[in-house]
Amino acid sequence: MSRIAECFAALEQSGRRALIPYVVAGDPGQEVTVPVMHKLVAAGANIIELGVPFSDPMAEGPVIQLAHERALANNVSLSTVLSMVREFRDQDQATPVLLMGYANPVARMGYSKFADAAQAVGLDALLTVDMPPEEVAALNIELQRAGLDNIFLVAPTTPLPRIEKITERASGFVYYISLKGVTGAGHLDMIEVANKVGEIRARCSLPVVVGFGIKDADSAAAVARIADGVVVGSALVQLMALAAERGENADGIAGAAAALLADMRAGMDAGQTG
Amino acid sequence: MAEISRELLAGVPDQNGHFGEYGGRYVSETLMSALDDLDRLYTRLSADPEFQRELDADLANYVGRPSPLYEATRWAEQFGGARIFLKREDLNHTGAHKVNNTVGQALLARHMGKTRIIAETGAGQHGVASATVAARLGMECQVYMGEEDVRRQALNVYRMKLLGAEVIPVTSGSRTLKDAMNEAMRDWVTNVDDTYYIIGTVAGPHPYPKLVRDFQSVIGREARQQCLEITGKLPAALVACVGGGSNAIGLFYPFLTDDRVAMYGVEAAGLGLDTGEHAAPLSAGRPGILHGNRTYLMQDENGQILHTHSVSAGLDYPGVGPEHAWLKDIGRVNYVTADDREALDAFVQLNRREGIMPALESSHALAYAARLAPTLGSDDVVIVNLSGRGDKDIHIVAEINGIEF
Repeated sequence: MSRIAECFAALEQSGRRALIPYVVAGDPGQEVTVPVMHKLVAAGANIIELGVPFSDPMAEGPVIQLAHERALANNVSLSTVLSMVREFRDQDQATPVLLMGYANPVARMGYSKFADAAQAVGLDALLTVDMPPEEVAALNIELQRAGLDNIFLVAPTTPLPRIEKITERASGFVYYISLKGVTGAGHLDMIEVANKVGEIRARCSLPVVVGFGIKDADSAAAVARIADGVVVGSALVQLMALAAERGENADGIAGAAAALLADMRAGMDAGQTG
Repeated sequence: MAEISRELLAGVPDQNGHFGEYGGRYVSETLMSALDDLDRLYTRLSADPEFQRELDADLANYVGRPSPLYEATRWAEQFGGARIFLKREDLNHTGAHKVNNTVGQALLARHMGKTRIIAETGAGQHGVASATVAARLGMECQVYMGEEDVRRQALNVYRMKLLGAEVIPVTSGSRTLKDAMNEAMRDWVTNVDDTYYIIGTVAGPHPYPKLVRDFQSVIGREARQQCLEITGKLPAALVACVGGGSNAIGLFYPFLTDDRVAMYGVEAAGLGLDTGEHAAPLSAGRPGILHGNRTYLMQDENGQILHTHSVSAGLDYPGVGPEHAWLKDIGRVNYVTADDREALDAFVQLNRREGIMPALESSHALAYAARLAPTLGSDDVVIVNLSGRGDKDIHIVAEINGIEF
């Protein structure tokens, strides 16, 4: 069983939902990322999602765009991100790590070379924002060979027949984007989200996690009542940026991120039992 | 020279938008359904004679087509060799070839019941052409333009505002055309229900490269017929500048199965290919994935998209339409370059010798034609796509010459 499958099975046992923080690798500094990952796990993260910086992050709102720009200014490449995963794995063999990014850096490295490197450092999955099921065949062969999960997005605009086309190719979990828009935008319509999550669940047995628009303990708890997991991105990235601007060191920045995550964890767990 | 059969050409792009190994649809899932809708609608309308009549009427009565094919005798005589004809897209309404496409896509937007138009623009010509059709249809229009281009193309910015459009300066990334396209995509993801995105070039996710090509192909269809009427034969060569590549594909496409017609797509060499300060992905880049399609890109060894440079804002783009990538690989079109200086020289020369002010984009094509003509015979005909007029560039040329207004 893959680390991601084990993770969801264990959560199921304890009646909890997955909390999945997203940070951009190398933002605000290269030295910050691995300590932040460990602190996030200590604060209740179940899976870590690392953003791979890209020069043209088309699906991101302003907060995460700036994070990509900072990381690139710190010379963070896909190879750097993979070495961060290796460093994290030295101390943590249990927590799944997922990379979220854009197709071109992976294509430039080469799908086969990427899959080998990812397997070697202990990466668990890849989510390529701009690689829909129609284009994914060549990449999927390599990911499967290396035992990596391929995470796909489902959007509010995805028609029902397309959900099946996506879930046929997906593994690990399905990531439902709860909003039409870029990362960091707007407010959630929980009824609409619940309906769509239901539609996805009716079509596949994979866990369904929800991302976009989740920024605090309340929204995390609300989503945790209807989905198998919750992704938080922009809110965390923003807190870390502010901490860096205040001149905090890696510990301080990690602490700021961990505080929000602990809050969300508490909100979600209380929501499950209460 | 590579030959293309009609059968091969008819199969390109395939139903998923692939031109050989290029093109496709690399976008976020949120947009996939909108692209499917657009593809279905376009497939239906492009086979509908009523739609074609509507389009032809707009091209004739609003755009002012056909555009002339003009022999630039006095300009050409200084080079010797071939006769050079200019396809006068600069005489179109709004002053460039861009309007051929926006008129067509505006009809699609209306058929889809959309109420709002967005567009990206570099030099501002596509923004102006989009604002123009939006004004005509009474639709709201917002144009994304890199902050750097807003500065370089102040005249077109004001023109768009006069047309009732809102110009949104883009401050992310390199603040040029590629970043404007990112921002337009972000807008579209957010407002996909009521918004139509008019992409201005033959790049982007399927079906855009195909439908923009089809709308721009009127250039080559006219030029082919005009050339036969005027000279009694087909041209020996076609020359067009290539940024995203819409004016070039528009000229080339109807000639692709004419095996003896050589084609030259001219990329911007900027300060020189060896300086890295250029915008020539076909000449100096390698294949990758950006803005919804797989194509040649200017990128570093980590797959990050590189900053580009050209004196011409409309060529200042790190990618190129996927059909050009395919035509390069199969060897049907030759992709060459002209640098800033050559383009500026051609700009001045065409003014002085023909009384025609070309856009700096089109000046790259002129610069290459000046090199090509002497290598051909005096019976040979070269057609250069004069894709736009140069009024918008006057202040850039003046600035380079140290003149302040």
